[in-house]
Amino acid sequence: MKKTYLLEDAIISPLGFTTEENIEAIIQLRSALRFHENKRFPSQGYYAGIIDADHLNSVFSEMASPNNFTKLEQMMLLAVKQVLDKNLQLDLSKTALIISTTKGNINLLNEASNFPKERVLLHHLANIIKDFFGFGMKPMVISNACISGGLAVAVAKRFIGLGNFEHAIVVAGDLVSEFVVSGFQSFQAISNAPCKPFSMNRKGISLGEAAGAVLVSSKSDKDPGNIQILSEASANDANHISGPSRTGEGLFLSIQQALKEANVHAGQIDYLSAHGTATSFNDEMEAIAFGRANLLDSPVNSFKGYYGHTLGASALIETILTKHSLLNNELYMSLNFDELGVSQKINIIKQFEKRPLNLALKTASGFGGCNLAMLLKKEDHE
Amino acid sequence: MSRESVYITDFVSLKNNQIKHQQKLLYKADSFLELKSFLKESYKVIGLNYPKFHKMDDLCKLGLLASEVILKEKELKTDTAIVLSNASSSLQTDYKHQNSLQQHVSPAVFVYTLPNIILGEISIKYSLKSENVFFIEETFNAKLLNDYAQVLLQSGKASSVVCGWINLINDEYDVFLCLISRKGEIPLSVENLEQLYLFENE
Repeated sequence: MKKTYLLEDAIISPLGFTTEENIEAIIQLRSALRFHENKRFPSQGYYAGIIDADHLNSVFSEMASPNNFTKLEQMMLLAVKQVLDKNLQLDLSKTALIISTTKGNINLLNEASNFPKERVLLHHLANIIKDFFGFGMKPMVISNACISGGLAVAVAKRFIGLGNFEHAIVVAGDLVSEFVVSGFQSFQAISNAPCKPFSMNRKGISLGEAAGAVLVSSKSDKDPGNIQILSEASANDANHISGPSRTGEGLFLSIQQALKEANVHAGQIDYLSAHGTATSFNDEMEAIAFGRANLLDSPVNSFKGYYGHTLGASALIETILTKHSLLNNELYMSLNFDELGVSQKINIIKQFEKRPLNLALKTASGFGGCNLAMLLKKEDHE
Repeated sequence: MSRESVYITDFVSLKNNQIKHQQKLLYKADSFLELKSFLKESYKVIGLNYPKFHKMDDLCKLGLLASEVILKEKELKTDTAIVLSNASSSLQTDYKHQNSLQQHVSPAVFVYTLPNIILGEISIKYSLKSENVFFIEETFNAKLLNDYAQVLLQSGKASSVVCGWINLINDEYDVFLCLISRKGEIPLSVENLEQLYLFENE
């Protein structure tokens, strides 16, 4: 099996339009979550991390006309452009393109939209990105709820590992839409304050929007300091379609499988990037799975306090952030945490810290009972 | 890593108010029968006894019916992966949810606005704690299904794979599901998947 690396990346979010800007915001403890009015809520609104459309249009206009592309398309195109601009040697005729999203341009179902309805089809969205840059291969689209972005990286790694292709651009993105807001509100899953992952006083999720892109490749480009995808695994809870397993079964199995494949043990993990949506059930489920996997000592955070839950984008942008945690030897604070509110004594990162980091575990879980675990390792001198 | 031969062990299609199991007609409903009734009748014909079925959206019902035809009475290992694909994602239920935004929004509808929910439903029904993925493609893509099934089997992430195409939009449906394992007579290949899918669609 060939080694696989995470190379150039980009994050487009309310916290910034480059990965560097996003990390700077995280170090400064800035959150994207703001109050947005909405009559659906008893409190007349909800907290979410939303990208300013005018700002996006103006940045995007340097690349193409914003009138021709939806908000999500602009976000995804900007992310891919950044990655490609730093990899001009890439032969796009042989580079795979993997798109991940839960709902794509779902806001176009709204009658008020000027774009043709077919843009809501996810394969159509993929072709827009393919054609914009001139990728030669047929794009893949993965829509697997909230693990989509991470699963897309895993799928890229698997194909690269068996030699189907050498390079893949993985893109993920999702929007905050009335479609999604109304749905989560019907579950009473949206917090009336900015979300507080793993906290005693957590009241549910905050939503967010973001796009991310990363070059996944069989070739490393630096020595030392390459981040290798050591292993990854996904497992279904086979328990419930909208509620997480009470035993954390699928997440536990994913973690076990990823550790086994990489031949490492839980004690070697320097940092754990959790899903941490801040719903009562999800965070408890994760804590139980981490306990079962002997991960209670690993420093752990959730990035949802900075971004909100960016759905299909979350696992990709958090994988990118995990990569930079390793590269920078930095542990980022789990924002909005108050007091431990799960049954297992997980080791929440309460403040920014510099320390040597080599091995990190990224996890994600989602509706449909899906779970993902991915091990990232910083390579030493070869 | 294993490069043993793998086969298309079993396959089924649901289209045009017909269910065909290994190219044999299992059930043919009146062509004017609407989807809801077709699903109800198929449930009886297949002999599915699963009360949760009635709570599912139509995409998941189609998936469960097809799964039951090829999976019932088979001893499946819990690492049997599920790899499904379609063109319309969960759009039929998406419209239902979208149309409810001005009135009562139901969590029982919203939860089905993700295509991968069918992966969860099949996992629950057959106790498969396995690798799942849902791909969106413009049309049936035999190469993608073949290649990814091979990846899962060769890397040892799965012992067998349930894979196929399950599309539903405007009550028009096209379902082709197969079980890929070490047993069988039809070797797994892009050509064979393509041919079986096309035959089912004649």
